[in-house]
Amino acid sequence: MQTRRTFIKALVLSASIAAIGAPIGAHAADTIKVGILHSLSGTMAISETALKNVALMTIEEINAKGGVMGKMLEPVVVDPASDWPLFAERARQLISQDKVAAVFGCWTSVSRKSVNPVFKELNSLLFYPVQYEGEELEKNVFYTGAAPNQQAIPAVEYLMSAEGGSAKRFVLLGTDYVYPRTTNKILRAFLKSKGVADADIMEDYTPFGHSDYQTIIANIKKFAAEGKKTAVISTINGDSNVPFYKELGNAGLKATDVPVVAFSVGEEELRGVDTKPLVGHLAAWNYFMTVKNPENDAFISKYKAWAKKNGVPNADTVVTNDPMEATYVGIYMWKQAVEAAKSTDTDKVIAAIGGQTFKAPSGFTLTMDKTNHHLHKPVYIGEVRADGQFDVVWKTKAPIRAQPWSPFIAGNEGKQGL
Amino acid sequence: MFRLPIRFLFLSMLLLLTLFVGSARAATDSVHAGPASLATIVSGFGGDFNSRIAAIDALGVDGSDDARRVLVALEAGNLGLAADRVVIVDGETVLDAATGEALQTAVAEVDTITVNNRIRRAIATANAAFALVSSNRAERLSAATILRENATENLLPVLERALDKEQDDAVGSVLSYAVAKINLSSADAAKRLSAAVALGESSDPAVKNMLAALLEKSGEGSSATWIEPVAEVRAAAEASIRTIDRRVATAQTVGTVFSGLSLGSILLLAALGLAITYGVMGIINMAHGELLMVGAYATFIVQGLFRNYLPAWIDWYVLAAIPVAFFAAALVGVVMERLVLRHLYGRPLESLLATWGLSLVLIQAARVTFGPQNLELSNPSWMSGGIELAAGVVLPFNRIVIIGFAAFVLLLIWLMMQKTRLGMFVRAVTQNRPMAGCVGVPTARVDTLAFAIGSGVAGLGGLALSQIANVGPAMGQGYIVDAFMVVVLGGVGQLAGAVWAALGLGIVAKFLEGWAGAVIAKILVLVFIIIFIQKRPQGIFALKGRFADS
Repeated sequence: MQTRRTFIKALVLSASIAAIGAPIGAHAADTIKVGILHSLSGTMAISETALKNVALMTIEEINAKGGVMGKMLEPVVVDPASDWPLFAERARQLISQDKVAAVFGCWTSVSRKSVNPVFKELNSLLFYPVQYEGEELEKNVFYTGAAPNQQAIPAVEYLMSAEGGSAKRFVLLGTDYVYPRTTNKILRAFLKSKGVADADIMEDYTPFGHSDYQTIIANIKKFAAEGKKTAVISTINGDSNVPFYKELGNAGLKATDVPVVAFSVGEEELRGVDTKPLVGHLAAWNYFMTVKNPENDAFISKYKAWAKKNGVPNADTVVTNDPMEATYVGIYMWKQAVEAAKSTDTDKVIAAIGGQTFKAPSGFTLTMDKTNHHLHKPVYIGEVRADGQFDVVWKTKAPIRAQPWSPFIAGNEGKQGL
Repeated sequence: MFRLPIRFLFLSMLLLLTLFVGSARAATDSVHAGPASLATIVSGFGGDFNSRIAAIDALGVDGSDDARRVLVALEAGNLGLAADRVVIVDGETVLDAATGEALQTAVAEVDTITVNNRIRRAIATANAAFALVSSNRAERLSAATILRENATENLLPVLERALDKEQDDAVGSVLSYAVAKINLSSADAAKRLSAAVALGESSDPAVKNMLAALLEKSGEGSSATWIEPVAEVRAAAEASIRTIDRRVATAQTVGTVFSGLSLGSILLLAALGLAITYGVMGIINMAHGELLMVGAYATFIVQGLFRNYLPAWIDWYVLAAIPVAFFAAALVGVVMERLVLRHLYGRPLESLLATWGLSLVLIQAARVTFGPQNLELSNPSWMSGGIELAAGVVLPFNRIVIIGFAAFVLLLIWLMMQKTRLGMFVRAVTQNRPMAGCVGVPTARVDTLAFAIGSGVAGLGGLALSQIANVGPAMGQGYIVDAFMVVVLGGVGQLAGAVWAALGLGIVAKFLEGWAGAVIAKILVLVFIIIFIQKRPQGIFALKGRFADS
């Protein structure tokens, strides 16, 4: 009785889901399903909607070129609504009910942490496209965003160089959660190894959604006036960036005096800001929309055309950014691994993906590391322009291998592979 | 097809030739005209980063029109290198940077010099050095202000020359301050003394640090020597430090009170509408935050219209948006009241759930029509920047305007509630609905109107918020808790209570933040409110009289 009822429930549920999510479910045998797990509502929708868009665009592009192993890809889009436990629920639904071969999704570290056990239990694949704090390595997850040594550390090295203004004092400013706290722990250890004293580091956190930065800006000014050249390293995330930068502009803290380098602010986030007072502030990423190369030109024009065709709001002003590029690269990495393994089986794909290469819009040929599930990525440092784009002022000569376990945190020695 | 390689050969030969001539000329110049010749300075751009910075500084000291031309090109990103030669890209032609003569080099061959912060800072200093000889007083003043912060020893002769010629007192005092800053490390004790005295006029903590450095000793124990050997200079420095300290402390207290007032005025604007709909009418409106959002989006639409049709008047779009934001939010309020809330009067729990649902509907509607991105609203020029009280303490104009705007809205509501017939009806219905109905007050219409006004005021709050915070579909969610906090703390049914609660919370929160950090301050404020409400559930001000308890 019990089982029959659950069975009927499951049947009704899956039928209704099929009806909503998969209008071409009739040809299920000829397609490979892939899941897209990004928040389309709630606080993170601002960042994650674009990733859903770029994933759909990439899948369309792959299908137009004949699909994967002759089979069309069929995207299954779900909305975890910026609700962390819901991420786990939706991930389970994608894997168990929709039988997707791989999932592309998540943005915040806390959402990734909440789905990790699901992917482990059901032995499926997650491609995570956002820069993060490291200190994690899951067999079932591939990280196509940057680890701290591919973003944070080079940015601080740049600030300390003559070109970057020879900064001697640092303000570590962040939103109060796992990513900024861990990144700042790594940065503090790094700065100490470079001979920066504790008195020359100011660390401050604000709650999620904090919108009044008057006191913090005043504190930064006070700190900067106390002596040597100061720089601010911002791991402020999400909506708080707009009031922070507005206050910065109005308080007259110019980039030439106290530069702010941000790790979570890109082209998409700056769409909500009047950037004229922010010219010269910095961001560190592995990709900028202004990077000049044929792959990037094609990527941008494809995305613009896709946005227009699909009626994305404000389609004529859409921008591309680092996590979008990482999503694009991630889907192609998976495709190549599936074709190399001649199967979508999780273990076979994991075995085949190490060493795959892809000519990415960032202008480099990126390699998936053989052991640590991260991409080798180039690092760019850009300065904000008046039009909300970035001028690249520094870049690495070649892609850098990721160190998910930072050598600047005690106890990480020898923890580099799986 | 043939011609291409030949032309290429010709071009490259020409290039080589010009290069040879150019470098030869640079070499002879440096022999004949001394180290400061423009060609020598410009050739510095061919070197590494530090030699570029030195070249920019040298351009500032040089001060000639040609030097200025090179600097302008650099600032615009048009200065570059073509085969080790420093050139300026001017549209489709390439000019030699030092001489200005046209070259045969193609634009595509030029590798332009990236302008980053460090270079931009050097350019600003050099530009300021140029502007010191301007005939325009305002230009000289701003140039002097920049040099006060950035000047280096190289510029001392330029500054002293300008100071000699300067007629204007204001510019002169800024210049002598800049000179004093440099002279503090002069070898001449008399100059150091006058510099230490002059810097007592400062209110900049950085200057204080420079002075404090003079009072330190170098070396260990009894063999330690003062960094500043002359006792008189040390005494002057100490006196100057004391006056700077006093000035900075006062400015910082004023700054904190101001930021508290500013936060309070924002809380007030967010809560005023709620003080009417919840406080006066008793509807728990969870969609209040979304009414703020409607006001902000209306402001965005007005900005868009101004950008497209009245670009000359763009600075005044905020004023035009005031009625638009008010009526847009009021309209949404009327629709909400007519369709949903009117059926739920007297059932607080249901109205709470219904309005919460409405808030989700409104958020998603905004997301579908405008996209999930934050919208860009720029401050008009008259709301950008601020008044500098002391170095480090700036009162931004947008916050000053918003404090004034909050006072204006408050006055408007007070007049409406106390002096108009509608206000009287609203108060009558609030105090005793059946009796008001009996004497002929159309209670249903008054409800709708009062709700519309409360919503409209929320729209005005949204307009104000759009000038300092982000505008996105979910922006209202961040303010709903704060708004309820203010209304409940102030005392339900009281506008005056909301004012005191908002300003009090703002100032307390800012002082706590300065002392304990933002995260702890938020917790402390919430704890304080919980304790306060337990001790005094009716809030700061309570309604007195027969209906207060019902």
